[in-house]
Amino acid sequence: MIAALRCVIVRDLRLAARRSSDVLTVLLFFVIVVSLFPLGVGPDPKLLRVVAPGVLWVAALLASMLALGRVFAQDHADGTLEQMMMGATPLGLVVAAKVLAHWLVTGLPLVLISPILALQFDFPQDLLGVLILSLALGTPILGLIGAIGAALTLGLRGAGALLSLLVLPLYVPVLIIGAGAADAAASGLGGQAQLLILGAMLIVAAAFAPWASAAALRISVE
Amino acid sequence: MSVNWFKYSSPQTFFPLAGRLALGFGALAVFTCAVGLYLGFFVAPTDAQQGESYRIIFIHVPAAWMSMFLYVVMAFWAGIGLAFNTRLSGMMASAVAPTGALFTFIALWTGSLWGKPAWGTWWVWDARLTSELILLFLYFGFMALQAAIDDPRRADRAGAVLALVGVVNVPIIYFSVKWWNTLHQGASVSLTKAPTMAATMLAGMLVMIFAFWFYSIAAVMLRARCIMLERERASEWAGQYARGVA
Amino acid sequence: MQTPLEAIDLCCVRGERTLFEGLSFTLKGGDLLRIGGPNGSGKTSLLRIACGLLEPESGEVRWGGESILRLKEEFWVRLLYIGHANALKDDMSAAENLGVASTLAGIVADRRQVAEALARLGLAGRENLPVRVLSQGQRRRAALARLALGAAVPLWVLDEPFTALDAKAVENVQELMRGHVSRGGAVLYTTHHEADIGAAGSRRIDLAGGK
Repeated sequence: MIAALRCVIVRDLRLAARRSSDVLTVLLFFVIVVSLFPLGVGPDPKLLRVVAPGVLWVAALLASMLALGRVFAQDHADGTLEQMMMGATPLGLVVAAKVLAHWLVTGLPLVLISPILALQFDFPQDLLGVLILSLALGTPILGLIGAIGAALTLGLRGAGALLSLLVLPLYVPVLIIGAGAADAAASGLGGQAQLLILGAMLIVAAAFAPWASAAALRISVE
Repeated sequence: MSVNWFKYSSPQTFFPLAGRLALGFGALAVFTCAVGLYLGFFVAPTDAQQGESYRIIFIHVPAAWMSMFLYVVMAFWAGIGLAFNTRLSGMMASAVAPTGALFTFIALWTGSLWGKPAWGTWWVWDARLTSELILLFLYFGFMALQAAIDDPRRADRAGAVLALVGVVNVPIIYFSVKWWNTLHQGASVSLTKAPTMAATMLAGMLVMIFAFWFYSIAAVMLRARCIMLERERASEWAGQYARGVA
Repeated sequence: MQTPLEAIDLCCVRGERTLFEGLSFTLKGGDLLRIGGPNGSGKTSLLRIACGLLEPESGEVRWGGESILRLKEEFWVRLLYIGHANALKDDMSAAENLGVASTLAGIVADRRQVAEALARLGLAGRENLPVRVLSQGQRRRAALARLALGAAVPLWVLDEPFTALDAKAVENVQELMRGHVSRGGAVLYTTHHEADIGAAGSRRIDLAGGK
């Protein structure tokens, strides 16, 4: 079973490497959205320093939603998803493996580039750790919850917009806590509480979301 | 008297019952609403701080309560439908959603109307209004998902998964928004802090809650009848009904 | 194949149409069961119900007395399904695709066995090309190469396996099916190809549209 899950992860990583343009597009989208905010609200450094965590988090949220189109859609279109649904490994575990690979390819790059973008907003350097950690814990949660939405909207017309509508309300708590962590750190309160809550949310999401996604996949594939 | 509940678990037998319930509860709703509004608008005393404008809470608070209750009811029916594979449960969940969305919208609208005279702005990002806004998105998401899926069975089951995921998240959303609100507002007062309740005010709100419940049952029954006719249009009883009425 | 697959009183409704109802059959080791019928009569739906991908409106499919929807992986390990779609990733080679498919299905196959299976279907020398550049017929053969590795899997369910294949490839696949059935496996399939496969234990069920 471990061999099968490792096979799924390697396969997805290999496919992403061979079709790297859609992965880079997500990263580029993140960078562009972050850069648009100062253009919209003005270059006042005091203001930018305050909004930096929120802006980075909203941009990460939007980029995650954009990326969700790749989790199941391609496999559904060429028939490989059905085969995975009738494999020797429970579908929930297969989904968890796919979401992990998806995060490695779309979420992790966002986390890695975020400190550079945060510096553009003159975010205090000693607080960068909290910001990066909040994104590192938060982006997998976004992927896990988003996968449920992607599974529900599989193959539907206008799936992209519908997916955003479904998934945004569920993302709100992650956004509030995640951006709140860096905010709290910036105001001197320390972001440990929020980071711990994010960690707990990640564990709960990892335990339950793949099974919800698996149920949704079976419903969608009928 | 023992009631055979399963007798009503098929659309064919439930259809006439739903009609009778709609009529009965509709009449009750009109009556209780009249009583409630009379209590709220004429009997309850003027508030010391907010004057007459606070009276909108007789609609705002019951509507907000209903919006949340109805989401749970919708998730309940959706869950039953998913677990036991019953067609009627899925139809009930779909019938509840628009009424729930309506009350959410009313809560937001009246909240905004309350805010303007009380605090000077049309919108405040306080915990309840923000949670209601997200709840509205949850309802819209459910309705949009069902609208996008042609196959009724897939629509019911996909909606059920979404509703169940949503109902688990509603408390999480509410508490995180509340926390966010207190963190950012500091010492300021919440929009939805109602004036200290005189007995008549409480009575008025309770009557309005009942009125909204009765309305909801009536509206859901009527909508469920439409859904049943549409889904079962190939069946005998639906054909007979259509011919009888037309 | 020790345990039979039993389809009991299946009813299939797609959209508004009842495709078939009251359909029952049993599939035992050595059976080669062909589902026939005009286009749109529910052949693919029946196969998907037999696999557990689709839930019937009523009735159930049992393996060893238990519903396959409850058995899940226990059943699917004993099933090899090849549907209309080839289930191949365009950006991977035929060999890589077959390797992944085998691992996910719980079949142990090393690189040599994978290459042999592809060669059996006439793809020798092409197994390391990305599937993107293969022709339709070659892709179908790459998909069907799973049969060459699937001797240990008792139940094969094949939906139009001969599509896009030339005569030689058709004969190749038929030989694989005959071999499987003679070893005690079972094959459930549909096809528009009228040629008889010529195996002992051949049966046919026809779905008339709407019955």
